[in-house]
Amino acid sequence: MDDTPAAAAVERTPAPRPTRQWKPAPPRSAVGLATAALLAVAATVGLGYFTAWSIHEALVSLEFSSVLVDVALYGLATLTLILFVPAMRGFLAAKRARALIDSDIAEARATTADAKEKSWIAVGYSVASSIVFFFGLFVVSNDIAVGRIFLDFHVMGETFHLVVIAFWQNIQIFVIAEILVLIWGLLIAVARLAPGRAGAPVRLIATAYVDLFRGLPAIISIYLVGFGLPSADLPILRDMTPTMFAILALTLTYGAYVSEVYRSGIESVHWSQTAAARSLGFSFGQTLRFVVVPQALRRIIPPLLNDFISLQKDTSLVLVLGTIDAFNQSKIIAANHFSLSAVTVVAVLFVLITIPQGRLVDKLIERDQKRMRTGG
Amino acid sequence: MALVEIRDVRKAYGGVVPVLNGVTLDIEEHQVVCLIGPSGCGKSTLLRCINGLETIDGGEIRLHGDRVSGPGVDLDALRRDVGIVFQSFNLFPHMSVLDNVTAAPIKVLGQGRAEAKERAMELLARIQLDHKALEYPDRLSGGQQQRVAIVRALAMDPIVLLLDEITSALDPELVSEVLNIVRDLSREGMTMVLATHEMGFAREVASKVCFLYGGVVYEEGPPEQIFSEPKNERTRAFLERIIEAGRL
Repeated sequence: MDDTPAAAAVERTPAPRPTRQWKPAPPRSAVGLATAALLAVAATVGLGYFTAWSIHEALVSLEFSSVLVDVALYGLATLTLILFVPAMRGFLAAKRARALIDSDIAEARATTADAKEKSWIAVGYSVASSIVFFFGLFVVSNDIAVGRIFLDFHVMGETFHLVVIAFWQNIQIFVIAEILVLIWGLLIAVARLAPGRAGAPVRLIATAYVDLFRGLPAIISIYLVGFGLPSADLPILRDMTPTMFAILALTLTYGAYVSEVYRSGIESVHWSQTAAARSLGFSFGQTLRFVVVPQALRRIIPPLLNDFISLQKDTSLVLVLGTIDAFNQSKIIAANHFSLSAVTVVAVLFVLITIPQGRLVDKLIERDQKRMRTGG
Repeated sequence: MALVEIRDVRKAYGGVVPVLNGVTLDIEEHQVVCLIGPSGCGKSTLLRCINGLETIDGGEIRLHGDRVSGPGVDLDALRRDVGIVFQSFNLFPHMSVLDNVTAAPIKVLGQGRAEAKERAMELLARIQLDHKALEYPDRLSGGQQQRVAIVRALAMDPIVLLLDEITSALDPELVSEVLNIVRDLSREGMTMVLATHEMGFAREVASKVCFLYGGVVYEEGPPEQIFSEPKNERTRAFLERIIEAGRL
């Protein structure tokens, strides 16, 4: 036996194991899926025409029909015919793939994948269109019951100015409340982070406040503040209007939420940033102001905006104080006209004001990240 | 009287995990003191105690004969005069390079904006980064960031500069640009304390090398002596492992 290292190494190498044979698996047939896609498209087209006809009939009964609307309705239904293109292509590809299996398995796989994708596209758009059509049917069903209740254009048109004027009240309330909440929330957050043993009572009272107002439903907070404080007949407070009390109550409630957002943002800034600032001689307060809070603010914009949107919606709760905000106004209109259409308008207004805010924040975040990345 | 006197300093994290077990050390003016030793031996903690980022449990630290440890010390004032540079740079990511350097002189020392900027640009020019003054830190390489961090500490005109493993987080090819600055500072007579794993560099610039082990100074002396003929058993074992790893 040779005892050189090379020989020992060779001896340790195991005998080569026979490699198992690889059997290429044929692709599963896509014909079933493609057939289902064709049927789905056919059903959608049928539903589309039925919906168009139903809405047409409803409009005729309202004496609201016109050729233009009909063209739009039936045009939309006809548009779904386009879905036959991917569905048919998918079906043909699936057939072709079956024929290819014996001659060219790789091509058969690619064709099957293609057939599946086209079929799923057809199915996806069919489902989406069907949901829209069902909604249209829902509105006009039962002699346009849903439409009359929620979407009575006559009522909407007649009362639109009243609703919009009342909505101005909501805007005033949330703009002022948001500014106050930004300041108040930060104060509470900093109080909850007060350092040392001397900070303990401050931390305690701030924590108690947050626990109280985060747990208290906003509507109860508004009710207690708005009815309770004026009744106490205290100086200064007795001169405040119901709207001001609503702002106060919303600030107290949302200050608690926003202080938590601030706090999580502040705590998310790595301690090494604090160490760096303190080591340069910054005091505790200066470190917060110049180093920690500016970095925290950038991170909390999205959750802060969520709370603001929530606050904006909760301005509708001031109706418990009798303030004529948009919702209260629309309720009065609803009672007079036996239709909730004005409320629908308010609902749409609330949704409309929040959408641009979301986009704005996306932009802010993007700009900030770009600036931090590229410099300048 | 030494510039910084460290006497029997003790520190345990959370009062339980001992890190410093009676460190005594003198740092003379214009000296460059290198702290070497295995990870967890207390090098970084000692530096953080000197500028009050950590409180000590026992012993005392004096700066110019004035006790700067214990209750009632104005730590903000101490830290104004004792600069520190960290392993992970810790630049402020939301400020430009220039603002990083001028923030403390303006807010803490009350310098005028123009004055602080002029001085900052001078310092940045010295490290050839004046053209990056308006960039944000994450546009800089690690070496550049660390050089800015050194300049940020220098802008406060510190009495002592503490350098806490400042090249450990850098890619090997960026180490020299940072060490060159430290070398220049040592030539100018800046008093510095370095916690470092760069033994070759320590050997070159140190006036005194201290070997820390288990929170105690086992051996101190001039670099030639420590690196060539260490007296202590542990120092020798530590240096042997460094040589085995090809780092000395």
